[in-house]
Amino acid sequence: MNSLSGCCKKDFPTLKVKVYGKRLVYLDSAATSLKPESVIESIVDFYSNHNANIHRGVYLLSQEATELYEKTRTKLKKFFNTPKEGEIIYTSGTTAAVNLVASSWGRTSLGEGDVIVLSGMEHHSNMVPWQIVAREKGAKLIYIPVTDSGELDLEEYKLIFKNHSVKIVAVNHISNVLGTLNPVEEIVRQAHRYGALVLIDGAQSAPHIPVDISRIDPDFYTVSGHKMLGPTGTGFLYGRKEILKSMPPYQSGGDMIEEVSLKNATWNELPYKFEAGTQNIAGFVGLGAAVDYLISAGMDRVRKHGEELSMKAREMLSSVKGIKFYGPEKGSPGGVLSFNIEGAHPHDIGTILDSEGIAVRTGHHCAQPLMKRLGVAATVRASFYIYNDEQDIESLYSGIHKVAEVLKLGVK
Amino acid sequence: MELSELYREVILTHATHPHHYGEIENPDKKAHGSNPLCGDSFDIEIKMDGDKIAEISFVGAGCSISKASASMMTEMARGKTVKEFYDLLDKMEKLVRGELAEKDTEELGDLAALAGVSAFPIRVKCAILPWKTLKNAVEDDG
Ligand SMILES: Cc1ncc(COP(=O)(O)O)c(C=O)c1O
Repeated sequence: MNSLSGCCKKDFPTLKVKVYGKRLVYLDSAATSLKPESVIESIVDFYSNHNANIHRGVYLLSQEATELYEKTRTKLKKFFNTPKEGEIIYTSGTTAAVNLVASSWGRTSLGEGDVIVLSGMEHHSNMVPWQIVAREKGAKLIYIPVTDSGELDLEEYKLIFKNHSVKIVAVNHISNVLGTLNPVEEIVRQAHRYGALVLIDGAQSAPHIPVDISRIDPDFYTVSGHKMLGPTGTGFLYGRKEILKSMPPYQSGGDMIEEVSLKNATWNELPYKFEAGTQNIAGFVGLGAAVDYLISAGMDRVRKHGEELSMKAREMLSSVKGIKFYGPEKGSPGGVLSFNIEGAHPHDIGTILDSEGIAVRTGHHCAQPLMKRLGVAATVRASFYIYNDEQDIESLYSGIHKVAEVLKLGVK
Repeated sequence: MELSELYREVILTHATHPHHYGEIENPDKKAHGSNPLCGDSFDIEIKMDGDKIAEISFVGAGCSISKASASMMTEMARGKTVKEFYDLLDKMEKLVRGELAEKDTEELGDLAALAGVSAFPIRVKCAILPWKTLKNAVEDDG
């Protein structure tokens, strides 16, 4: 195991929590990550020492708050290597970012018969907003099929362009159920060849792998800050400047305007045009601390750690009778391991693991169409992040044996 | 939190060998119930004789709690009038919420095993789903 292993458990106060008197084994980071002390402290520091509203006050405290809030944007720009200033729009997460695009861009750019390409492994939040705008504008949805090995069928993807007027492609970078890393560069290149835009849902990739937005070259990229050690209610939308400029505001009110008369208003410059009202200021200050933490951990190491742990867990659990895995065989760059055990419903597995202090997610993971494709109603998902280690995998392994014992698997 | 209270022998037996599992011919009423969040999904069919539930069957997939609950329900509901079923439903809901008096619990036979669910609030809806579905079936008017 590499040098990340177990290095930083002490940085995460939640790991000191006892669950039914047992050590917490947190394996649900794909839903939301734990937060390091430094992130928590930055929020306390903000509220204690710099609390003020931003962009409006001429007084010192407001200037400080504005500076802290904007510093995170600069950090994000560098961390994700986005091309230009004004392209990072703060949102509450990926859901809000996709809704912004589907609503603001979609309502003004889509028409009757236009095609929106999604994939069969999307999270509902990169599906439902598109369904709504498609219905409204008479646009059509076409899904890239998922192969038996849990990958996107790129041949089928390419064929879509031959017969349809594709306006936008919206796919995830890493699947939250399978942990598959999708070939986003290739997906972008193909779409651009036909003049279509691309939105990449980076909710699961941003926390786990180095993401170079300039290199991937999408038109939109969405991130959930709370999955990458940041506070809940933080995230952002990256958008190509020329496109953002042409898009109308999504929400309106304070801060997003330039000038307001009784009848009319003009919009503030980017990114503020899309940041109406008082923002989650403390949250974005915390997100800055999260980025600092990830920089010092090193994203290459973070990726390797997630891959190694998910592969190790898969190897260890593969001896369990009746277990079936969904997702990449060689370990997931997203640190995700989805599985089912014959004769044990995921919900029962979740309850029994919980009694051992092990937190996993069970259910459809907000991806019902993918569940259908896999031919299951639900799966168990263990997801690993930088504070997990081999001991956690061993706990999971013992927990699964407890499941077999409680449910009397193999003796019926 | 005692797991053995939740996964009692009788529950596991009903879950793995459910009673009245299947379909009935020419059912008078039926209903579908699901809990998409955990993937539980049941179809219940009944045949009425006056206001009595004469025959009942179910098919579906779910966790052991929901499946055992469905199986035990078919045993309990068969032969009951609609009013008696509503009465039973009321007791069942109290049982899984830990609100049923001891003497009423004893009357419930196997079903009393579901009392353990009350210590697991998140699982209450699993136990209740088949019952809600049967209620919908009873109220199904074609
Ligand atoms: C792939 C993917 N997309 C989108 C989302 C939604 O993110 P959020 O809840 O932060 O809006 C998630 C998180 O659950 C996800 O895993």
